[in-house]
Amino acid sequence: MPVIRFEGDSFVCNDGESVLECLRRNGREIPFSCLSGVCGTCILRAIEGIPPSTSQASLKDTLRAQGYFLSCSCRPTSDMEVALGDGVGARVPAVLTAIEPLNPTVVRVRARAEKPFDYRAGQFASLLRHDGLARTYSLASVPGIDPELEFHVARVPGGAMSEWLHRDAVPGMRIELLGPRGDCFYVPGNPDQPLFLLGTGTGLAPLYGILRDAIHQGHRGPIHLFQGGLTRDGLYLVDELREIAPAHANVAYHPCVRDADPADPLHGAIDEVAQRIVPNLKGWRVYLCGHPDMVTMMRKKTFLAGASMKEIFADAFIPSPKVS
Amino acid sequence: MSSVYEQLGGQAAVEAAVDIFYRHVLNDDRINRFFEGVDMDRQAAKQKAFLTMAFGGPHNYTGKSMREGHAHLLKLGMNDSHFDAVAEDLAKTLTELGVGQPLVDQVLAIAGSTREDVMGRSA
Repeated sequence: MPVIRFEGDSFVCNDGESVLECLRRNGREIPFSCLSGVCGTCILRAIEGIPPSTSQASLKDTLRAQGYFLSCSCRPTSDMEVALGDGVGARVPAVLTAIEPLNPTVVRVRARAEKPFDYRAGQFASLLRHDGLARTYSLASVPGIDPELEFHVARVPGGAMSEWLHRDAVPGMRIELLGPRGDCFYVPGNPDQPLFLLGTGTGLAPLYGILRDAIHQGHRGPIHLFQGGLTRDGLYLVDELREIAPAHANVAYHPCVRDADPADPLHGAIDEVAQRIVPNLKGWRVYLCGHPDMVTMMRKKTFLAGASMKEIFADAFIPSPKVS
Repeated sequence: MSSVYEQLGGQAAVEAAVDIFYRHVLNDDRINRFFEGVDMDRQAAKQKAFLTMAFGGPHNYTGKSMREGHAHLLKLGMNDSHFDAVAEDLAKTLTELGVGQPLVDQVLAIAGSTREDVMGRSA
């Protein structure tokens, strides 16, 4: 009978027993609700072993790819090591290699991990300064393309980490990385599906990674990238992105500036521009990154425009509390 | 005779229905104010649990959890007309999925059995 390892203990799973039943029989409190593989409350992650496909049937692809499964409908046929939702990763030492401005308020920070740091383009990781100060940023780099990790950091007035990265940090300084986490990333396997990428501010960072990852992995379906800013200065990497589009016939790039002069060709609120260019999102995969209010609004708009809930991936950038 | 849940197609039917149902609810001006600003992923999970129950599938709803889960909506002015609107959206969803009227009626009967608890009227 298969053995289930959980938080350092091993339990024998009886014939026909689910992982959830096995753990609960052994006094482990795993939250659950419907017990029929639907509601998702009892979600766990396989660290070792492959969960049966029935236990992943109702999950998003990105969660499946990370080994998540519903423990109530997982009747294992071989040994597994499982953990609650967000497994705690180890800290990875890294060195800052470059800090350069992308626009008046955003810098590109590059770092080289000194131990293997496996991630997918679009996920996020925490940066830890020598004194333990930690902030989470999205990865803009792509494994297999970029030898170094890349983050886009907006300067937050009074923000401890962003002020340090903008003002004081220099290449050669040591940091640590924690993570990666997040389910906002490209999943191969459906190369003809149209992709809708929309981000404001440094919400571009994960999308810049996802876009290049999709191209790198041979995505053939249309890819529309919408980048939004309040002013022209708020956009960045515009020239680089404009060069990607003509080289790949399936890629369209739409920079939008909300407060631009109406005569400016980039003038337009990002949600309106997106709705005009792609009015029907049935069958599309949607990625939304940036300000939490924008993400909440666009989640609803893209869902009502026909995108399936399971196909909407969002990353809301929630600011950290200020340190006085 | 198989159960309502089996006749509908079980978990696959819930998966097929949840997007359509939730889209109807959000587009329904009679009730969508109750869903303003809620986390859509969490809400979708609740909609799935609700549909599973209404489809006659396994669930662990109780009268108590129904009352507690809707108490804040009563304070916002929820009444029987809103319950009726949700039932209508549910029926519309099933019809769109090609479910026959006899099964639709059975689902509405199961959903309707929660009315007194949802409205906080039962003891």
